[in-house]
Amino acid sequence: MDKATEEAGRPDGVAIRVENLHKSFGELEVLKGIDLTVRRGEVVCVIGPSGSGKSTLLRCVNLLEEPTSGSVTVAGAEVTDPDVDIDRVRRRIGMVFQAFNLFPHLTALENLTIAQRRVLRRDKAAARRIGRENLARVGLTAKEDAYPAQLSGGQQQRVAIARALSMDPELMLFDEPTSALDPELVGDVLAVMRALADEGMTMLVVTHEMSFAREVADRVVFMDDGVIVEEGGPERVVADPSHPRTRAFLNRVLDPAAARVGEVPDTGPHDARADR
Amino acid sequence: MAMTRRQRARAIRAVQYAVLVAVLLVFVLAADWGELRRAFFDAEVARSLFPDVITTALVNTVVYTLLGFGFGLVLGLVLALMRLSQVPPYRWLSIAYIEFFRGVPALLVFIALGFGVPLAFQVALDRYVTVMLALGLVGAAYMAETIRAGIQAVPKGQMEAARSLGMSHGRAMVSIIIPQAFRIVLPPLTNELILLTKDSSLVYLLGLSLDQYELSKFGRDALNQHRSLTPILVAGVCYLVITVPLGHLVRRLEARTAKAR
Repeated sequence: MDKATEEAGRPDGVAIRVENLHKSFGELEVLKGIDLTVRRGEVVCVIGPSGSGKSTLLRCVNLLEEPTSGSVTVAGAEVTDPDVDIDRVRRRIGMVFQAFNLFPHLTALENLTIAQRRVLRRDKAAARRIGRENLARVGLTAKEDAYPAQLSGGQQQRVAIARALSMDPELMLFDEPTSALDPELVGDVLAVMRALADEGMTMLVVTHEMSFAREVADRVVFMDDGVIVEEGGPERVVADPSHPRTRAFLNRVLDPAAARVGEVPDTGPHDARADR
Repeated sequence: MAMTRRQRARAIRAVQYAVLVAVLLVFVLAADWGELRRAFFDAEVARSLFPDVITTALVNTVVYTLLGFGFGLVLGLVLALMRLSQVPPYRWLSIAYIEFFRGVPALLVFIALGFGVPLAFQVALDRYVTVMLALGLVGAAYMAETIRAGIQAVPKGQMEAARSLGMSHGRAMVSIIIPQAFRIVLPPLTNELILLTKDSSLVYLLGLSLDQYELSKFGRDALNQHRSLTPILVAGVCYLVITVPLGHLVRRLEARTAKAR
């Protein structure tokens, strides 16, 4: 895709446009016609029960999964176009995984520099400088020489966020970034994501953290059984859902964990400081 | 006679010691030590083997082994990647190669390369090239399967993370997947090196000049010359000098891998 077309895709301020997206795994239809638009600077949280297709939707956005039909346009490029150079599009999309997926044979800083060097062709000094800036951003300056196995889950996930940020992405995808973490480590990661949202980063976040969705998201999308059931501002979807399926889901999620979820915003930044 | 379980276990162990010691004693007393020493270890003969057994034979064994291992490792990696390729013909080629070279004796490969190829194509291959090809072709078949298993043992998320950062499939393989795979397969690859060290003895088939002798050929030559088993014993010890430390290394690598998980 040439520069002019890339620019042309953006003045409307759209970061992600998903149209009539279908995805099947064999017989199983996981996504049944999804339409979703994420504007630049917007934070959109996708919630819903497991198996509802939210992770698959996210993975279709950077083509980790190939959509069965429909179109996905990201950062001005249509990734569903068979002629797209997907590697070029992906370097503008940061992705954070549930299982962190740090490279275990590399130190924290090397995790941040390897794609800068090999993909963006930055020289070593520049890559290290940018890597260090991003480690500082997630509060892990002291850990640059640590290997992933020497870090806690929360620290690993923050390094993974810094790794994505080091590529200067136009938008970030988060696939249940806190689901694999011990409860006491969740706050640190959410604090980093919150700061990122405050800086104006475009974010599409699949999450089970309802307090995060309520407080940080500009828009919340509730998915169930491969379709978007309901979407709107968090004060409406999370606090006052109109659809019975949304209500049933939120009751299940919020009830047992209400106490814990409520205290996350306070402990998060505090824990992050103590870590440094 | 009421023995506790523990007492009984101790008694059984004591009987086993006693039997073992008795057998050893009989063997030591019955053996004709003078005869055994003459046959197996003649100090005079042993001394006459040095320093050539080290400077020529041991060195050549190591050189032949490393030549074969180096070539086999590169070819094995290529075969492993072909085996995992999305393109079916690559897979078929790789599978056919592995099945063939794993299934025929290394001896046959040496004969084919040492005598068959020169006769069929009217070319004289350099001795070192022949050794490298013969050992490497056989070793590659085993190493390909080992490396393939190592690549498949790297979690799927690693490739996804690398691709998400904009790396091509090939770049991700080189920078992310293969370095991790090699860590995983380091112990089995070292085992392969030990096997190749022993297979390098097949080089004698090719007909060697004196300065090309490796340990087995050297030992056999000296055996004929001295009418003594001593050279074989010395050659055997030399092999152990190479392989025992390698085996030790394998165990240490395995322990390190186990700890990293």
